[in-house]
Parts: sequence; structure tokens; C-alpha cells
Amino acid sequence: MQNARGRVRFLLGSQPTEVELADPNLTLLDYLRTHARLTGTKEGCAEGDCGACTVLIGEVHDQGLRYLPTNACIVLLGMVDNKQVLTVEHLGREKIHPVQQAMADQHGSQCGFCTPGFVMSLAGLQWAASCKNESTPVDRAQIDEYLAGNLCRCTGYGPIVSAAREACSAPLPESWQAHTAVAETTLRAWQNQGQPLCCTSDRGFFAAPRSRADLHTIMSDHPGATLLAGATDIGLWITKWGQRLSAVIYLGQIPELQRLVQNDEKLEIGAGVSLQDASTTLSEISPDLNRLLRRFGSRQVRNQGTVGGNIANGSPIGDLPPVLIALGARLRIASTGGVREIPLDTFFVDYGQQDLAPGEFVESVVIPLDRDLRFRCWKIAKRFDQDISAVLGAFAAKLEGGIVREVRICFGGMAATPKRARQCEAALTGQPLDHETLARARQALATDFDPITDMRASAHYRQRAAGNLLEKYFLAMTTTDLPDLYDEKTWPGLSNQSFANG
Amino acid sequence: MGERPEFRGVAGEALRHDSALKHTTGEALYVDDIFEPAGTLYLAPGTADVTCGCILRMDLAAVREAPGVVSVLTAADVPGNNDVSPTGCGDDPLLAKSELHFHRQPVFAVIARSYQEARSAARLGKIDVAPSDPILTIDQALKAGTFVSEQRQMGRGDWQTALEDAPHHAKGTAWSGGQDHFYLEGQVSLAVPAEDGGVHIYCSTQHPSEVQHATATVLGLTDRSVTVEVRRMGGGFGGKETQAAQWAALAALAAVKTGQAVKCRLDRDDDMLMTGKRHEFKGDWHVGFDDEGRIMAADIHLASRCGFSRDLSDPVNDRAMLHADNAYFYPAVRIRSDRCRTHTVSNTAFRGFGGPQGMLVAEQMIQAIAHQVGKDPLDVRKINFYGRGTRDLTPYHMQVEDFILDDLVEELEVTSRYRQRRQEIGEYNLSSPIVRRGLALTPVKFGISFTNTIFNQAGALLHVYKDGSIQLNHGGTEMGQGLFIKVAQVVAQELQVDIDQIQITATHTGKVPNTSATAASSGSDLNGMAAMNAARTIRRRLTAFASNHYGVPETEIAFYSGRIQIGARKVSFSDLVMEAYLNRVQLSATGFYRTPKIHWDPITATGRPFYYFAYGAAVTEVAIDLLTGENRVIAVDILHDVGRSLNPAVDKGQIEGGFIQGMGWLTTEELWWDTSGRLKTHAPSTYKIPTCSDRPEHFRIRIFEAGKNPEATIYRSKAVGEPPLMLALSVHQAIVDAISSVNAYRDLPHLPAPATPEAILNAVDALRERKAA
Ligand SMILES: Cc1cc2nc3c(=O)[nH]c(=O)nc-3n(C[C@H](O)[C@H](O)[C@H](O)COP(=O)(O)OP(=O)(O)OC[C@H]3O[C@@H](n4cnc5c(N)ncnc54)[C@H](O)[C@@H]3O)c2cc1C
Ligand code: FES
Ligand code: FES
Repeated sequence: MQNARGRVRFLLGSQPTEVELADPNLTLLDYLRTHARLTGTKEGCAEGDCGACTVLIGEVHDQGLRYLPTNACIVLLGMVDNKQVLTVEHLGREKIHPVQQAMADQHGSQCGFCTPGFVMSLAGLQWAASCKNESTPVDRAQIDEYLAGNLCRCTGYGPIVSAAREACSAPLPESWQAHTAVAETTLRAWQNQGQPLCCTSDRGFFAAPRSRADLHTIMSDHPGATLLAGATDIGLWITKWGQRLSAVIYLGQIPELQRLVQNDEKLEIGAGVSLQDASTTLSEISPDLNRLLRRFGSRQVRNQGTVGGNIANGSPIGDLPPVLIALGARLRIASTGGVREIPLDTFFVDYGQQDLAPGEFVESVVIPLDRDLRFRCWKIAKRFDQDISAVLGAFAAKLEGGIVREVRICFGGMAATPKRARQCEAALTGQPLDHETLARARQALATDFDPITDMRASAHYRQRAAGNLLEKYFLAMTTTDLPDLYDEKTWPGLSNQSFANG
Repeated sequence: MGERPEFRGVAGEALRHDSALKHTTGEALYVDDIFEPAGTLYLAPGTADVTCGCILRMDLAAVREAPGVVSVLTAADVPGNNDVSPTGCGDDPLLAKSELHFHRQPVFAVIARSYQEARSAARLGKIDVAPSDPILTIDQALKAGTFVSEQRQMGRGDWQTALEDAPHHAKGTAWSGGQDHFYLEGQVSLAVPAEDGGVHIYCSTQHPSEVQHATATVLGLTDRSVTVEVRRMGGGFGGKETQAAQWAALAALAAVKTGQAVKCRLDRDDDMLMTGKRHEFKGDWHVGFDDEGRIMAADIHLASRCGFSRDLSDPVNDRAMLHADNAYFYPAVRIRSDRCRTHTVSNTAFRGFGGPQGMLVAEQMIQAIAHQVGKDPLDVRKINFYGRGTRDLTPYHMQVEDFILDDLVEELEVTSRYRQRRQEIGEYNLSSPIVRRGLALTPVKFGISFTNTIFNQAGALLHVYKDGSIQLNHGGTEMGQGLFIKVAQVVAQELQVDIDQIQITATHTGKVPNTSATAASSGSDLNGMAAMNAARTIRRRLTAFASNHYGVPETEIAFYSGRIQIGARKVSFSDLVMEAYLNRVQLSATGFYRTPKIHWDPITATGRPFYYFAYGAAVTEVAIDLLTGENRVIAVDILHDVGRSLNPAVDKGQIEGGFIQGMGWLTTEELWWDTSGRLKTHAPSTYKIPTCSDRPEHFRIRIFEAGKNPEATIYRSKAVGEPPLMLALSVHQAIVDAISSVNAYRDLPHLPAPATPEAILNAVDALRERKAA
């Protein structure tokens, strides 16, 4: 790449910082704890699941900076180039931050090991709440959403929820505004310089091309290089499986991959769009998608992980692919030779095998917007928040006078890839939504899959639950008000009910 | 926050945790945060990918040659005893020598210049093992007859005849899975070489004295050569009682070998694969009862998965037996307990220590009886409660003298609107085809004291400096439970000084020796008393001095609110202290405490193992989805007895945290081994502890106002660390209740714990099949 910069450059708090990247695999957490000796940020799992390492990443966005809670343990340091990193130490440096005060006052810490991570997530929530210019206080659902990626083994969460309520009703600290203004100026200036990052050392290189053209060049120069998007998978290869990557091409700085375009007929999501950014638009398609994305990993994981990564990794338990397949999505795959477009379900060839040749990358996914499609999806996991699906069922049918005209059903967790239930679809097509059809479709569904038994569920459960989800879909199509366990509306008034004067 | 009051911190005040602000600013240091001495090396354990068998050959050449590696340790490098067993029975090798007992048992250890390099190198060992067939489950072990110790029995009365004579019978099996502690901070030790071949260890442990002793044993030294220091842990829950020793001893061995500081920090996977967990239990029960549902006799057989070694399995299983009655009187009873040896990691202490597993049996019996006699389970619970003065003898022949559950449950029944809700839920379920609700009220009676009487002792060390500031030290460790602030409040109370005058210091084997583990909920009971005794010694000396010095009788000297009234004179604490110093009065004192009244014979299973009981009860409402088995806790009401609380804020924290942890054990937290004995749930990605959204918005905790400890504990307070965990049994019972609505409450489902969606759907399907048949 032309005039590349050789050192990672970011704001650590308000301090401009440059780092020689001796190892492209260095994580932000290791940098913070061992190089910068900021030990307030903790390691609880090194796999993005506990939130003890949560920091805020500040990045230039639309009018100003935005602050995204992120798991430092699975961010590679090169990914924060031209960004700001705020840790728990930076928050309270001048005056204790309202979140820190509230957490202490409300008894939000016991052993305290999870606390810095909670503080950072809540600082992110407080910042987001203050941006909305609304006077509505944050509600429990928002708090749960922001804290889904933070585990606490001691408190039982109640005091933390109280602290969140208290802190989010306080204004942003005065110093915050001043600091962000300065930070924004610096970050914008850096960005306008337009130099891509390319750190090389004897352990390999970390490159962050800033255009598609640069990407093509570097990919052809290094055909074996790893394409890095949000690192919510790749980070774990390094921290958990002991892999050392020697050639890393980061996709996060390429504007062409971050686009999200919508018209009446279709929605096109760039591969590099974060799951969180995609969720607003995807949620408009269906409330179920809203729920699904709300349950996808955690805030931190969604801020970091990308739509493209969730598809390209070929995982049989990824949450988006079954849904997108049911919606009839197509995948755009690019290389120096141009772009080809394929139906998404043909992308998944077999376990760990995708229709992606060397030199190709996923550019975007295109979702047709069909208002007549009756779409539902359900994710089943042991835990509501931040869990991987044991079974995910996505159903999309077009009905005409009660008869199924067209249907796509796709499951995750039932096969070595996200896979359509072709027999089941066949059994439904042209049939009315009645008991007999359901019985036949259930039988057909059982022949579609031969799931495995693992720690998430047995083969028996997977089969059984898949059939039951089909039944649920039938019920949803034929009854108006299907009660839902996780919908607060199912439990009206419970919270005021029991203790008369508790 | 209003103005800070002038004088703050006596017992009973809801002070926040002493480190609260340091936690939230990130300033609180944990072992991995301590500035490392120059040249610190890092240690990582190495293992074989085999469950069990004979080690034939170890090829560690690649490990030694890996970048950054300084040295590699094996069992052959142990100068002393290759054992870190808490019982001293030699069955817990530091590093496996000739035999492998469970998948991922440490066989060697790498010492390298960086953490990364140590971990990478640890993957390179080639270990040849002649594998043998593993025994993995309780049933396999029972069949093969492999146990870590003898079967134990307890009982009372002619249970056999009573059982035969009973008009009604029920039988069943209560299964409960294990549980990983999932303390947020994993096991970690930093060992720094000290003089004369000794070592100083910064360790995250609940049991510094045991870490000290285990390390000395491994190094072939005596205890005096090893110092262990613990400022705080990032959570313990029992998992850092015996389980910390191995990593501390490895780091110490490496430090002594290399002459450099060595840190051993387990990553999350190693931590979950290599350290013990809560015991999985199977409880077969047979109960006989009358037409009213009053229990006449019970025969209970407990069996637990102990793993490959003894560790604390004996006392854990003893405690399970001791709680198989929960709050209920069994006129005649036999309880047997088998301690199964399996080729899995050796199970250990976990909050509740066998108690929860024992109680699950009692509660399941009650539910079955209620179902059979057609009564609300609450009514059956009530008629089986221990009495006051009658029906008060436990299966281990201890009289229950302080029973209050009748009153406590009565109160909770009303305030939680139990009966109305029961009605509402019944109606709701009639008209809801897919979502069903369930309700349960369960009581807890938990015995307080280490069953091993010896451990019920504690020491404290109190220094008053001549400027009036105070350093407090005792044998208890801080793992988040608020022990340090509570004990400091005791000292503040005794000396009538402001809490901020007291500096809390790290637990240190060089200050207070021969400490017991901070465990069995006993932390503040024992250390609070020891500190009180130390403070009283100081107060006595100051009083005697003042009396002498000012010529005022001792009866006219009083300590209150930061001042001392000496006759007509008022003197500040610091002025009096300075005066005392100038007059050569000793301003440092030790304190000691031993719990009175208790004695216990584990062989005959009789005695008074507990000083007193802690009580509580919870009402939980749940909802389940009959198509998927998903479940959700939607409302919890708790009433809990903490005696006269030392610190209500801390106590409430323990109640809520304990409940949610128990709820996790019974719902989402599933340990899953594959058929060859490899644990597949060894990280938070696969092992799911509760998150924020699992904690219902409706969650009411009240401390039982009438609570007061009839025994002379520290200011009549009660222990609170473990008991609340068992309040969560109501979650499981409520789920069972919801499932049984499938057959209009005609059948009771069999539901093992944890009640995962799969377990629930299986139970639902089984009832449906019964209905169809
Ligand atoms: C705590 C946690 C929770 C999670 N929860 C969920 C969940 O609930 N549901 C779920 O589905 N997943 C979950 N995941 C998995 C993960 O978040 C997703 O798979 C994520 O979408 C991956 O995207 P990424 O941008 O982080 O990919 P990366 O980790 O950067 O890359 C993943 C793979 O995709 C390739 N890749 C990325 N972008 C492209 C591209 N444009 N073209 C070609 N190849 C590309 C990479 O080379 C790599 O092979 C979770 C992960 C974590 C750590
Ligand atoms: S350390 Fe657990 S999420 Fe990063
Ligand atoms: S306070 Fe200990 S894990 Fe949250």
C-alpha cells in the first residue's frame, strides 16, 4: 500500500499514543494490562463472554464521536487505529464518574472483579441515553440489553440495576464534553490524513487498507492472509486456540464495506456493517428479528462483530444465516475479477466449507423486502442472553386464501451448516395450514435433519424442538395472540402485585 | 449523598463495602494486578488429552525448546511430597507421576518469559498414556464399587417398621448436577523467593494457612518458611478453599527452582477443566406418611460424584446428610451416603457444601407427598416442620432449639400473597395452551459451624498506632462477601472509633497463624469474635491506664462516638492513645475465639455439629414454554433471617447473590461431559451462569425483623454466606409445579436439576405420554 503508516496510533484516554506492533496478534487487553499497565481492565475469560475487559471505543461517526462498549480481550490492537480507547482509569481520573459513584453507593460491587467492566458498559449506556435528548429514564429492558455481556457472580445484579438507574438519570460529567471535543478534532485530523496502517515485524504484518482498491492489491500480494472483520471469532482463535496469525488484513477501515442501503424492494448490508448497526434496520423487517438481534451475543459483541463475519465464518450455529436464507437473501462476493451474486443457501457447502475462492471476499448481503412474507423466527438456548443457539428456526411463507404458496424454512444447529428443510417445505407447499398438514410437515421435517448431540442439546431435543417450532409457526399463523414467555406484556402488573406494602 | 456524618461505622450500619470505590475506579488490586518484581516468569500447566490410564513416556523436548521457555517441571522435580491434598492422604498429586486420573490433569508445568510463551509451549508436550476405561458417572461407580471413602450412615428410630406401617408411600430420585464456581477472577498465585529457601506467595485463596502448608509440604520445608498473603479475591464461593494450593505450590516450586518470581494464572479453560466443582448428587428416597401428609419415616440414600480424590468430599457429603431433613421432622429415619470415586476432576467445596443437594431430596419428598394427599405443598411443609419443644430431634440427634420457620413462613405467605397467586396461576394455566406458570414456597434451615469442630477457631491482630490510627488483621479472607467491613465495624463498635480510622489489611500468615478457611459461612462469626476480643483487650488496657492516670474509677470510664469519657473529662481516642503510649502501655493485641457447645462424631453421625441454624424462605413464580422447555423466573419474594444484622446492605447482597447463584445451579448451569470423560463446558461460551435479565424485576428481599440469634454470636447476628443459595430450591419446585399443569396436576413430573429447556421438555413430554396412555 502507498505511504502506509507503520505504527498503530490511537488516543489512550486523551493521550495520543503510538505503538510499534511487534506482534499482529497483540490484543487490546494485553496491551492495556501488560504494556500500558492499566490493570483496572480485567481478564475473566479471554473469549468475549464475561465483559470484565469492557472498554469504550470512541470513533468518529456522523456528527460527532460515538462510544461503543467493546470486549478488549478479543480486539486486536491494530483495530483501534485512529480511534479512542477509554478504560475505567480514564473515567474517574479528574472526578469520579456518576456511574462509579452510583455503583459504589448502591452496593453494586462485592468482589469487585467484574465491576470495571460493568462500569464501562454503564458509562456507554449513560452516554447513549444522554445523546437521545429525551427525558424518559432508562428502563429495565435497556439496562438488561447493555449488561447482557457482563457477568457478575456475586451480586445477583439487583444493586447494579439500581446503580444503572441512578447513574443514567445524572447528566454526563462536564469534563466529558470538553474531552470528546478535543478527541474528535484529533481523530478527524488523523482520519483525514488518509494513510492506511501497515505494521510489519518479524512476526508478520497487520494491514488496514482504506479502500477497495487497496484491499484488492494487498489480497493479491498476500493470498494466504487472514481477512479480519470484527474479530469476535478470530480473536478467539488467538486467545483460546493458541493460533498465531502472521498476515492480517483488517476490513474495518474500508468505507465501501460499511454501507447499508435500503429501497422499497431490497436491503443491502455491507459485510463490514456491525451487527449492532445492522440491527436497527433488520429489526424493521420483523419484531422477531429485533428479538433475535437483541439476543445476539451482547452489546459488546454486536458493536464489534460484523454481518459479513457471521456469514463468512460458515458456522452451523450462526444466528443470521438461517434467518437471511428464509428471507431469500443473496450474497455478493467480490474479487479482482468482479462481483458475483449467489443465493445465500448455496454459500454453505459443508462443515467449514464455503463457496469462497482464494482472493474473494464477501462484499454484502442483499435481502429482498417482501411485505407479503409471513416471517417468524425463534432461537432456543439454555440462557436468554448471550448464548449460542441450540436450535434456531426461521420460517417464511406466502399464503393465499389460507393455502401455502411459497415457503422457505431454514434451521441453525440442526446440521453441519445452516440448512433449509426442503422436505418440510415440500410438504407444506400448496397445503392449507391445518392439523393434517402440520402432522405431515412434522414428519417430513424429521427426515430433513440428522442433528448431533453436544453440550448445547441432544439430537433428540433438537429434533423435537424443531418440530415444535414448526407447530409454533402454525399457531402463530392461525391465532392472533400467541403468548410469549419473554414478552413483558405476558406478565402485566406482576411487579406491583405481591407484597402489599413491600 | 448527604453530608458525611461525623462518626460512622458501628455494627448494624449499612456501610458499603470497604473497597467499593476502589472496585469502581479500578484501583483495587488483585493478584494479577500487583506490580511484578523485575524478571518475573510465568507458569502454565501441561496435560495429556486422555481421561485416565498409565503414563508410559513423556517427551517434553519440544516444550523445552519452545521460544521463551526457561524450565519445565515434572513430578520428579518435587523436593518434598508430591501432594497437595487437604486431608494429607496423598491422593492429590501436584503433578501426575505415573497415573492419570482425569482428563486435563496437570502432568508438567512450563516456566517461560511470558504468559503467552508458557501457554503456547504447554501445548507441545507429548505424553504417551496406556488408556484405561474411565468410570464417569455415579451409577457406574456404584456398580463398580469405587469410592473415595467409606459409606456413612445416620439415623434414628425403627425406620424400617415405621416405613412398613405407614399407610402411604412415595418413592423417587432427586438428581442434581454439579456447578462450576465461576468466580470472575480465576486461580492465580505470584510466588517471590524469600530468604533461607523460603517463599512469599500472593495468592487468591480462601485458605491461606492451607496454601502455606501444602506449599511447604511440596517444597520439603516447614510452614515457617512460607508466607501467604491475600488482600482480596475476585470471588471464591468455595472454589478457592482447597483448589488454590496446587497453583500456589507450583508457582512456589518454580520460584525456588529459578530464583525468580513466578506467576501462575490459569486461563478460564484450564481453570474450569482442572479445578473441582460442586458435587453432582443422586438422592434415592422412600417416604411413608399418614393421611394428612405427615411424614412417619424416611429412607434416603445419597450418592455423589466426588471425582478422583477425596479432597473435601467427606465433609461435603456429611453436610448433605445433615441437611436431608431441611426443616422437617422425621420420626424415624435412615440416611446413607456413598462417596463415589470417578475419573473426573475432584469435586470440592461450593457455597452450601452439600447442603443444597441434601435439601433437594427433602423438598422433593414434600412435593410428592402433597401431590399424593391432594394438598398444597405449603400445607404439607407446615405440618412437617420441626416443632418447638416437641418433634425437634434431627436425624443426627441434635435438638433444634431455635426454630422460627413457622413464624417466618407465615409472614411470607401473607406478604407474598401466596394463596391468591396460587389461585390466579391455576386459572391462568387453564386458559393458556403454551405458556404455563408455577409457584412454590420453600424454606431453608441451614446449620452453622464447620462440622469438623477443630476449624471453629479464629485469631485476630489489632495494632493501635500512637497517632490513634488502627490496623486490623484477622484470619478471614475477603472474597467480596463483605467480611472485612463487617469485622472493621465490630472494632469500630468496641473502640467507638470512626470506621475510617481503621485500616483494613491483607490476610497474612505471618500475622495470624493457623487460620481456618474462610468458609462454612463462618467468616464473621469467628473472625468478628476474635477481633472483638482483641479490641476488648485494647479497651481494657486503655481503661485501666486512664483510671490510673487520671485517678478515676474504671466504672466512670466509657467509650462512645470517638471519645472517651473519663469521669468529668472528655478525651479523644487519639489523645488517650498517645498518652498511653508515652506511659508505655502495650497498644497491640491478639484476639482469639473458639465456638462453644459444639461436638460431632462423623462415624456415629451424632452430636451437636452446629452452634445454631440460619433460616429463610422464598416464594418463586416461574413460567415455562411447553413447546420449547424454555423457562423464566418472573417473581421472587424472600424473607430471610440474619439475626441482628451486622450490616444490612452486605447481608442483602449475600441474600440476592446467593439466590441467583442457586437459581443458576438449578436452571442454566449445566456441566456436560462427552462419553469419553472430557468436560465440554469449560468456558462462559458454553457454561451459562445467570445474566442480568435472568434476575426478575419483581425481586423483593426482606430481612426477618424478629430475627435474633439466641446464641451469643457476635452481637447476636447470624451467618449469611451460604443459606440464601438454597432459597433457590423454590425455583426448581415452581418449575415442577408448572410442568405438572400439563396433566391438570394429576401427575408429578420427574425433573432433574439443572432444569434446562431440554430437561423441562423431556418432563413435559413424559407427562403427555402418560396422559395419552
Ligand atoms: C461472546 C460471543 C457471543 C457470540 N454470540 C453469538 C450469537 O449469539 N449468535 C451468533 O450467530 N454468533 C455469535 N457469536 C459469534 C460471532 O460474533 C459471529 O460469528 C460474528 O458475526 C463474526 O463476525 P466478525 O466480524 O467478528 O468476524 P471475524 O472474527 O473477524 O471473522 C470471522 C471469519 O469470517 C471471515 N470474514 C470476515 N469478514 C469477511 C468478509 N467480508 N469476507 C470474507 N471473509 C470474511 C474471517 O476471515 C474469519 O474467517 C458470538 C461470539 C462471541 C465472542
Ligand atoms: S475477558 Fe471476558 S469478555 Fe473479555
Ligand atoms: S462483584 Fe464479584 S463478580 Fe461481580
